[in-house]
Amino acid sequence: MAPRTVAAILAGKLAARASRALGRGGGTAIAGLVAARIDSDVIPALAGQAAHGAIVVTGTNGKTTTSLMLSRIAHAAGLRPLHNRSGSNLMRGVAAALVQDATAGGRLHAPSRTLAVLEVDEATLPLIVPAVRPRVIVFTNLFRDQLDRYGEVDTVAQAWQRALTQAPPGTTLVLNADDPAVARLADDAPASARVLYYGIDDAGAGGSAEQHASDFRTCLRCGAELAYDVTFYGHIGHWRCPGCGNGRPAPAVRVTAVGVHGEGTRMTIVADAPDGEAPLTLCVTLPLAGLYNAENALAAAAGAIALAIAPAPIVAALEGFRAAFGRQERFHIEGRDVEVMLGKNPTGLTQVLRTIAARPGRTRLLFFLNDGIADGRDVSWIWDTDYELAQPGAVWVLAAGSRAEDLALRLKYAGFGEDVPVERDEQAAVRRALRETPAGETLYVVPTYTAMLRVRELLARREGRAAHWAGGEEGDA
Amino acid sequence: MTAPVLRVAHLYPRLMNIYGDRGNIMCLRHRCEARGIGFELTELGMGESFHGDAYDLVFAGGAQDREQRGVAYDLLATKAAALRAAVEDGVALLAVCGAYQLFGRFYRDASGAELPGAGVFDLSTEHPGVDAKRCIGNIICEWQPAGRRSRPEALPAAIVTIVGFENHGGRTRLGPGARPFARVRHGFGNNGEDGSEGAVYRNAIGTYVHGSLLPKNPVLADAVLAAALERRYGAIELTPIDDRAELRAHAAALRLR
Repeated sequence: MAPRTVAAILAGKLAARASRALGRGGGTAIAGLVAARIDSDVIPALAGQAAHGAIVVTGTNGKTTTSLMLSRIAHAAGLRPLHNRSGSNLMRGVAAALVQDATAGGRLHAPSRTLAVLEVDEATLPLIVPAVRPRVIVFTNLFRDQLDRYGEVDTVAQAWQRALTQAPPGTTLVLNADDPAVARLADDAPASARVLYYGIDDAGAGGSAEQHASDFRTCLRCGAELAYDVTFYGHIGHWRCPGCGNGRPAPAVRVTAVGVHGEGTRMTIVADAPDGEAPLTLCVTLPLAGLYNAENALAAAAGAIALAIAPAPIVAALEGFRAAFGRQERFHIEGRDVEVMLGKNPTGLTQVLRTIAARPGRTRLLFFLNDGIADGRDVSWIWDTDYELAQPGAVWVLAAGSRAEDLALRLKYAGFGEDVPVERDEQAAVRRALRETPAGETLYVVPTYTAMLRVRELLARREGRAAHWAGGEEGDA
Repeated sequence: MTAPVLRVAHLYPRLMNIYGDRGNIMCLRHRCEARGIGFELTELGMGESFHGDAYDLVFAGGAQDREQRGVAYDLLATKAAALRAAVEDGVALLAVCGAYQLFGRFYRDASGAELPGAGVFDLSTEHPGVDAKRCIGNIICEWQPAGRRSRPEALPAAIVTIVGFENHGGRTRLGPGARPFARVRHGFGNNGEDGSEGAVYRNAIGTYVHGSLLPKNPVLADAVLAAALERRYGAIELTPIDDRAELRAHAAALRLR
């Protein structure tokens, strides 16, 4: 390793320690920022040491949960996952995770057992792929998100195509067959790449609701409007193009049955085995609700299968899964249950609202809408989100965050009343919501990204839990 | 007299809906229903023809370049001539972002390819190229509501602020046959240079402002509603409705930068 690279790793570790000493959080992002600033070879030099290589997870929704599931699966399989936790998914976040795992001399702690499990921002993928040379890339889905940052959804699709031209030989692309924008990436894959499709075959999981948050309605090959035999949500479903005959590929890893099971989900995953052996069947009781979480579990299982991990650790890790940071994360505060469900774009939030609507009994709802850079400065997406779904069971609602007034207006249209109360300050909003929730009842907190970071810190403090996620924390979005 | 009914045509709702444009339709419906005015919505997609007699108001929203291309040719083939005639006849029209661009004379996209427009407005739009900065951010502008033709004495004199968000690569220049919809106070507007935002021709308004546009700009929403109803029903007094949440959101947006 070049002396400059070693110096950069050391500087990053010192920066992280200084940041922690100053009480500025866990110092995740700063370590990567400092190290990468000094030497751009930090990521390839460290990632290259992991004997089991790297698996990268990207996509608009589900990448945090899916990559955390993969990390738990790797652990259950006896590997040592090196994971950039929860939201630190830009170059500096990846660099930081690697630097923090390395010794001052620039060696990973146990390279022979290490598998890098990296959550990567959609637009960062073209930089990450040549730097870490992943064995497997998992793509979850592509939806509108932060259009003020990315410009158009197509900009992200083009960045992915660019990234794939740099994929190392033999990379496996794990693609969501149900998302036409993801499935088509096989067209751009280098000839040496393997493609593994996953998808939900169970048509009973489809909804008949109007899909207005759908982003890819036209065929990416011929431009004709796509037809759907089944729609799960948004543009996710069993799609086909009446124009050119292009259609959803048959998935090798598929959910054949999925249903609600208590506050979780029961699902059956069937995976084709190589060389004509009998297919593998995985029956999983997932402790998370919502079809989107079944999809996350499916994506994680497909990624694990692409890594040749056996079914037993996959099932064990999924069944014992604890929610990722702010994603159906639960707190218990003075006899109340508080559940935090991140909702940061119309498709994701509509799925969250559907999940809340399926909960029995009356609900108390604390919605946050922030317009920070990481949330997206443009809040018009709330008009593409079905807040109406959560209205029937709601007995109390508060609109909070830096754009609380926009949110209150949207909630008025969703039937929550002419005068939905507004509270901009996060701390005041949390305090008010807890006051309004009697012991024994549940408060649902639905924040955008930056609000989630702040709110779960406040809730963790009220609960008496360490505010930072053990072993890592949010760095950047 | 039977209650008036607002008949709205929403063009390409499935293809042109990128920035919460649905909120504009929800707003028009709400503001009609709150006053006992009927609301009929017709969605017109690819291949479906447009008949100007059947509608009081036409709405179309924003799209990405990819969808915009398909829509542009369909618009020309199945709807543009009838749309132009309807606007000449006084039918109200509201076009936001991508639709605003497509209703001009042409749109030259980032690659330099030219898309023909429907020619409702005398304007043209050029995208300066993929490397040029998009016009993205909160926008505040000042709008001078026009007088109602049937009631010139009721000319509202006050300048009204319009708030929202803009996100467009194309730069629009107006020809002599269109006048700006509003003046930019903060943001880019048509091209970031001449201070103009949007375009007006007869009862047609084109604008880059989304957010959604109408819900938190209730004065504009009512002006669009009134202009749309006037052709068939004469001047209709729109009774005041509860706009507390609307005005609070508007006031909050005036502080955004």
